[in-house]
Amino acid sequence: MPDLSTLLAQVFTGLVLGMIYVLLAIGLSLIFGLMTVVNFAHGALFMLGAYFGVFLLAYTKSFWIALLVAPLMVGVLGLLMERFLIRRLYGRSPDDPLLLTFGLSLILVEGVKVIWGKIGLTLDPPRALAGAVNLGFMAFPAYRLFLIVVIVAVLIGLYFFLGRTNIGLIIRAGSRDPLMVRALGIDLSRVWLLVFGIGSALAGLAGILAGPMRGAYAEMGVTMVIESFVVIVVGGMGSLLGAVVAGLLIGQVVGITTLFLPKAADIMVFVVMAVVLLVRPSGLFGEAGLLE
Amino acid sequence: MSALRSLAGWVAAHPVLTFWAFFAVFPFLVPNRSLATQVLIFGLFALGFNLLYGYTGLLSFGHAAYYGLGAYGTGIALAKLHVGSLWIGLAAGLLLAAGGGAIIGFLCLRRRGIYFAMLTLAFAQLLYFVGFHLSDWTGGDDGLRGIPQLTLGLGPWKYSLESTLGFYYFSYVLVGLAVAALKRILDSPFGAVLQAIRENSSRAVACGYDVDRVKHLSFVFSAGFAGLAGALDALRLSVVPIESLYWTTSGQVVMMTLLGGAGTFFGPFVGAATYLILEERLSLFTESWPIVIGAIFSAFVLFLPRGIWGTLIGGIHGRQSA
Repeated sequence: MPDLSTLLAQVFTGLVLGMIYVLLAIGLSLIFGLMTVVNFAHGALFMLGAYFGVFLLAYTKSFWIALLVAPLMVGVLGLLMERFLIRRLYGRSPDDPLLLTFGLSLILVEGVKVIWGKIGLTLDPPRALAGAVNLGFMAFPAYRLFLIVVIVAVLIGLYFFLGRTNIGLIIRAGSRDPLMVRALGIDLSRVWLLVFGIGSALAGLAGILAGPMRGAYAEMGVTMVIESFVVIVVGGMGSLLGAVVAGLLIGQVVGITTLFLPKAADIMVFVVMAVVLLVRPSGLFGEAGLLE
Repeated sequence: MSALRSLAGWVAAHPVLTFWAFFAVFPFLVPNRSLATQVLIFGLFALGFNLLYGYTGLLSFGHAAYYGLGAYGTGIALAKLHVGSLWIGLAAGLLLAAGGGAIIGFLCLRRRGIYFAMLTLAFAQLLYFVGFHLSDWTGGDDGLRGIPQLTLGLGPWKYSLESTLGFYYFSYVLVGLAVAALKRILDSPFGAVLQAIRENSSRAVACGYDVDRVKHLSFVFSAGFAGLAGALDALRLSVVPIESLYWTTSGQVVMMTLLGGAGTFFGPFVGAATYLILEERLSLFTESWPIVIGAIFSAFVLFLPRGIWGTLIGGIHGRQSA
């Protein structure tokens, strides 16, 4: 039986992982909610966030600039993808955008290998966050605490953006009844662009934040996007609260299982999903039949 | 062009005969014979995928699971359990895949629409990790090695699978039987219900069909075909790489089927041949051949959703059954 401080450390590690899942799942969920597009390339955008981070850090020598600019670059790439490729598929089967983004993801992953090589790169955290923070009962890497704070701040910001601003209102209305929103004279195509950009930027942010912990490598996004799908299935698609709760839950499941049965950690994620499917097929916070 | 059309029309009307005739000479039409066998095996894999996606309208992004179960089932039976018969080995792979399809299909069909694709992908990833960690049985990361080359026996008759051509014709017969079985399934009332579900699921429900059961059965059949393909590939390579369960394998079969033409009878074979020949040619020039294939695939989704064969026979997607 591991002692209490090991367990607590693992809970925190799970929390960090869970936060990254939340960020990815919310981006996916936003895009899906408005456009019924399941963006397979979300994982590739996550990976690009980390690579852009490495690139910007080498150029500007400042982690803070990289942290700000890398997600913006990924966001712009997302905008371009929506505007020039994915938009052509609206009105066709929802399978088609998934297939297209699968193809795009293949191009991005292999493209990164051409540009940056097949071997993974490291991303150094800023010196100010290099040490550990004593939490009283245990010491925890400062960078990971910083990551938690940043993501919580982004989530709060997103909550107010969606809940309290006019654009947020349009986004929410657009995911509920796009026809009605259009009838009210609102140009939804610009909202699509915006939401795809925001969702992609969130993936990029998750990527650069994860970079200092796991480095940057071309395949890093694929397992993450599959696990984010699991988070969405568990939380209930279209539910932002569901994405948060399920992301944190899956993070804890991985964290705790790693401690007791390391080999089963990858597997437990999917076992949780199977159990949720059996007990509550529409997900923890999903409405049955919504967006199906 | 019109001669080509009428040929395509004849092919569409007699798919099983066409298969036997065309693939009898196929190894002599391609530059290398092992490629011919690969086209047969991956064509069969895509055929199984197409039953679910093209005919039932369910997009599985996790068909590596059944292909891999078929490969490991046969591989483990022959290499670890030392069953002496090739037939039992093949049956083990087929049954394991169909059984896995029954369980996973049941879980995935609890959610409809786009969730279905995400769930199939997730469960395939689960099996990948299981295969990765159960290394006593699967060889883990190194793959399952030591699958013996057995001679085929049917009563007094013996047939060696050692030569490339010998193995090709062995696969030819099995895949041909699978093609005939698929044709039989599609022509049956059950096959008609499958296509009714693809066209309009709620109407099929209203007509009184047990849509969930039909979908589940289609999933199991599809998994069985994919499993037989995996089993054959295990014999061909005499090793099962762990990648056979990986998502890339699922993606490969999706791309093959769409390139060829989903919902068409020969699309899967056309797509498998196109993909494999492209891969072989492109990898001579560049390591980054997946970029080119990814771009071609994306262009097909955008501009040519009926695929090569579907465009050639010119039928409306869904109307054309051959």
